[in-house]
Amino acid sequence: MEITVTINGKAHTADVEPRTLLVQFIRESVGLTGTNIGCDTSSCGACSIHLDGEAVKSCTVLAVQADGHDVTTIEGMAAADGTLHPMQQAFMENHGLQCGYCTPGMVMAATSLLNENPNPTEEEVRIGLEGNLCRCTGYHNIVQSVLACAKG
Amino acid sequence: MTMTDQPTGVLGSRMLRREDPALLTGEARYTADLVVPGALHLAMVRSPYARARIVSVDTAAAVTMPGVRAVYSGADLADTWAGPMPCAWPVTEDMKNPTHLPLAVSQANYVGDAVACVIAETAEAARDAVEAVVVEYEPLEAVIDLEDALSDRVVIHDEIGTNRSYTWDLKIEETEGACDAAFAAAAYAVKERYIQQRLIPAAMEPRAVLAVPQPFGGDMTLYSATQVPHILKVMTALTLGIPEHQLRVIAPAVGGGFGSKLNVYAEELLCVALAKRHGVPVRWTETRSEGCQATIHGRGQIQDIELAADANGRLTGLRVRLIGDMGAYLQLVTPGVPLLGAFLYAGVYELPKAFDFSCTSVFTNMTPTDAYRGAGRPEATYAIERAMDSLAYEIGIDPLELRRRNFIPTEKFPYEAYTGLVYDSGNHDGAATLAAEMVGYDELRERQRSQNVPGATKRIGIGLSTYFEMCGLAPSRVLASLNYGAGGWEAATVRVLPTNKVQVVTGTSPHGQGHETAWSMIVAEKLGISPDDVDVLHSDTAIAPLGLDTYGSRSLAVGGVAIAMTCDKVVDKARQIAAHLLEANPDDLEFAGGEFSVAGSPDRSMPLAAVAFEAFTAHNLPDGMEPNLEAHTTYDPPNFSWPFGTHICVVEVDTETGETEVLRYVAVDDCGNQVNPLIVDGQVHGGVIQGLAQALFEEAVYDSDGNLRTSTLAEYLVPAASDVPPVITGHTVTPSPTNQLGVKGVGEAGTIAATPAVINAVVDALSGLGVRNVPMPASPNTVWSIINAAQGGSQ
Amino acid sequence: MIPAAFDYVRASSAEEAISLLGQYGDEAKLLAGGHSLIPLMKLRLAQPTVLVDIGRVSDLSYIRDAGDHVAIGALTRHMDVETSPMLLEHVPLLAHATSHVGDPQVRHRGTIGGSLAHADPASDLPATTLALGATYVVTGPNGTREVAASDFYQGYLTSVLAADELLTEIRVPKMNGAGWSFQKFNRRAQDWAIVGVAAWTRGSESGVGLVNMASVPVLASSVSSALASGSSIADAAALAADEADPQADLNASVEYRQHLARVLTRRALSEAAG
Repeated sequence: MEITVTINGKAHTADVEPRTLLVQFIRESVGLTGTNIGCDTSSCGACSIHLDGEAVKSCTVLAVQADGHDVTTIEGMAAADGTLHPMQQAFMENHGLQCGYCTPGMVMAATSLLNENPNPTEEEVRIGLEGNLCRCTGYHNIVQSVLACAKG
Repeated sequence: MTMTDQPTGVLGSRMLRREDPALLTGEARYTADLVVPGALHLAMVRSPYARARIVSVDTAAAVTMPGVRAVYSGADLADTWAGPMPCAWPVTEDMKNPTHLPLAVSQANYVGDAVACVIAETAEAARDAVEAVVVEYEPLEAVIDLEDALSDRVVIHDEIGTNRSYTWDLKIEETEGACDAAFAAAAYAVKERYIQQRLIPAAMEPRAVLAVPQPFGGDMTLYSATQVPHILKVMTALTLGIPEHQLRVIAPAVGGGFGSKLNVYAEELLCVALAKRHGVPVRWTETRSEGCQATIHGRGQIQDIELAADANGRLTGLRVRLIGDMGAYLQLVTPGVPLLGAFLYAGVYELPKAFDFSCTSVFTNMTPTDAYRGAGRPEATYAIERAMDSLAYEIGIDPLELRRRNFIPTEKFPYEAYTGLVYDSGNHDGAATLAAEMVGYDELRERQRSQNVPGATKRIGIGLSTYFEMCGLAPSRVLASLNYGAGGWEAATVRVLPTNKVQVVTGTSPHGQGHETAWSMIVAEKLGISPDDVDVLHSDTAIAPLGLDTYGSRSLAVGGVAIAMTCDKVVDKARQIAAHLLEANPDDLEFAGGEFSVAGSPDRSMPLAAVAFEAFTAHNLPDGMEPNLEAHTTYDPPNFSWPFGTHICVVEVDTETGETEVLRYVAVDDCGNQVNPLIVDGQVHGGVIQGLAQALFEEAVYDSDGNLRTSTLAEYLVPAASDVPPVITGHTVTPSPTNQLGVKGVGEAGTIAATPAVINAVVDALSGLGVRNVPMPASPNTVWSIINAAQGGSQ
Repeated sequence: MIPAAFDYVRASSAEEAISLLGQYGDEAKLLAGGHSLIPLMKLRLAQPTVLVDIGRVSDLSYIRDAGDHVAIGALTRHMDVETSPMLLEHVPLLAHATSHVGDPQVRHRGTIGGSLAHADPASDLPATTLALGATYVVTGPNGTREVAASDFYQGYLTSVLAADELLTEIRVPKMNGAGWSFQKFNRRAQDWAIVGVAAWTRGSESGVGLVNMASVPVLASSVSSALASGSSIADAAALAADEADPQADLNASVEYRQHLARVLTRRALSEAAG
């Protein structure tokens, strides 16, 4: 069926199979490959994006469910002039990434977390990122990144 | 404790990573992100049985489905392979290695073993067709238990007639019988059995492969999420019988490896073979369930360790017996993993030549095992560090005190160990002292005494791990003595471009370690330029044709040092040119801050930029000198490097629920000089949590029929941020004397040190309840059961 | 990773959804947030041929004060339940338990009705609503009926919902100042509970629901009876596993689950008693 999803401010219309996952639509139909796939059980959070401003796992949403909705992906985070989003900048300054595969999902989850809780404690950051797995960093610097971003 | 100053300048600074902007914005391209028009999608038909005869494979229904291009059984492709899947480490002359083909032909030997495959125009069509391939199996009894496997009650592979792959011994005695004598004379002895459970590496990026043929030119480009593009190229050429010079392997952005991508996999060979056969690109992307079943597993050992000690607790003898779980087949370095640990069973302690090690490795009907972060060394460190705690308990002294009595004294380095290996440098007491200070060791012991009283349900435990990491793999001659199929050198090229920008070509293949940043820092320091002016090229065999890739904490100590050495060659050549142009004696030129100047005549100077341009124009070079400013090095390290440190973990165990909470984790690591402390800390953080995950969370669980019960990330418990503690890092700096940077490596240190520190802490917490050992992972249920058993089932 | 193919239809109202379910029968599945169903479909453990998407039925997302209870539309998302001022005031146990469901991304999409109708005994909300004495409103072709939470669950992933019925509203009695506690025991925060306990106490009254202690959510009636007749918390909690019939799995043996139920019930009751 034909769907239209606004991604990073731009409307994308495509004919998709109902079984197409939102993450497949974003990666394959729209060609935005920054959103990664790390599992098939909604466990790892690598595919986290914002749907209508809130973090969701795009591997657990059908593209047809997102029809008419607003999506932000990692590609939509930095400013047009190339300035990194404050969360991206914080990850860079605090070495919050190594291989980078979980990173887009982490950044999307972390920004959603701060939208809901602008001044979290370290424990709240850890709990708030419970849906995102990372194998490289041990989370230490990811948590520091989010705390640094919250402090501004 | 000695705290050597870091070098000044770029080296040793916490420079932010140049890799990050692309990774943070989604710009980086992993293999699955590459867009290649017309690529067919490969999907695998995998055995649902741990051991079954393949009676027939009916592809008729699948091949007629929409979008399906072809369906192949193992038999269909049996003639495609010039050789079996490679194992590069025949550890003994008589090692048994059953035939392993990318698609099994007559018998499947683990759940997930590929028996057929589909190529189709879309991933959906390929996946749908997999369901339509009808494979008739005759299920056979599976062998899951290692000791059962050893008995040969059921032999998995008829062709080798036994489940035993090899027995490898390492007996080191001053005089024959020295080890037995040590035990006979021991004032104290402990004998322990530890189980290294199977682990699933679970790099966040699943494996992905894309083979792009050039049907008329004959060339083939293989993109793969691999740690080892160079090794993969050689092995793919050999296995498929295609000319190596026509094969190009590229590892694009790679999302972590931890050893799981240090291999040559069926899907890589199939993509190349089918791309060649069909003349179109073929790609495959792993699902996580496939990753859990058909990407190598780690660990999987039964360890029996015995320590003998004198009345002062000084080690006098050590005996180790291992059973190694190879899984169903030997993958690239499967049999060598236990050997990598064999030299570390005495840890950081002085041991006389009274050492008796033997490892027997067996086949089972489970996923093949292979190198997983640390590879052999975490297992060895776990065994000695757990056993040291048992010995301390036996003697009745503090575990830290026992370790201090046995540390190799700092003044004895370089130290020739009982094995003949020479440990380059060390300061074990210094690291332990710093860690104890940082964690507040004495106060914690006080708190423990007051808190762990009879009836207490929240009990404190303090666990130590003092470790050595044998890394910088490796001197090629040493590898030869272990029958490893390749060398341990690394290649580097440094090329100063006409505009004084620098290209570095490295044979290492980073996948998260930050080599682009670190290598540019080394070059910047050596050439007196900005790191921003250095580009680091890697992971493409057409651009970096020579290399041995990234694993075993080898990249900095071998590849990074190779770059530093190459910079020296560039400076030497530039010096000749500068001297010629300045009409000075080369020996009188000083090179600092990117500029040559004549000693005593500071007005006579020439920047490297000017030399580079002169080398490019070649208008006025010394007689006989080749144009351009470029040098190459292939560096074979003279020794392993020996990072070390002390980790201390503090836990509180809830004896009612069996739950372990980590209250504090302090890691003091000494990896010699640090190129970039930001990256060093990151490696330690990640390694510690991975090691802690083995201790508390992770296990690849099989049922008795050989079904993997943890085949998704919902069941295989990779911990999240909310499940783990912060990691407090500290460092001592004891440079390695064996290389000019004084570096050692740090990639696996955390993983090696953490697992025993955590389990020692859990056991320490429960020691007042009669608990002497806790199996891994120390899940709440397991801990609760152990407490019950120790208390006589009274709870 | 790729679900089997299916047909997709959207319902714009509960009535339309019920009509579509009637039309397609057993082959159809309702899709709300999708966070119970889609993961099963990706692993091809569920292969419905028709999905009826009720995610756009906006009039089923609400939280209303209904006098002695709070009425929650079945399509209200977990995130809206956990942050609802009304629920935080009148049914804090439910708001708090909901904050433990899955992870934030899951709670942004998953719905209370989807979670309850999925009837997974390992989910936090069935046992919590059971403890609270909730009533579910079920709508079918012949109108609505009310089903007590205690009558709703029939077996593992099985409820009294007929193939053409839809859970439309959850009515949760106000707690009126009762003390409460939610104890979720698991190895990773994002996972289902190994054992969970939702409990409230007010004077001699109490309700204790157990998560993952049988093929259905369990109401630990023996505990409440014991408390009502004056037993100590410790003595009452010792009865926590009496109504349970837990299974062993990767994380827990039967004995351990029973033990945990008793320990966590004791802790929950102590916390509830404040």
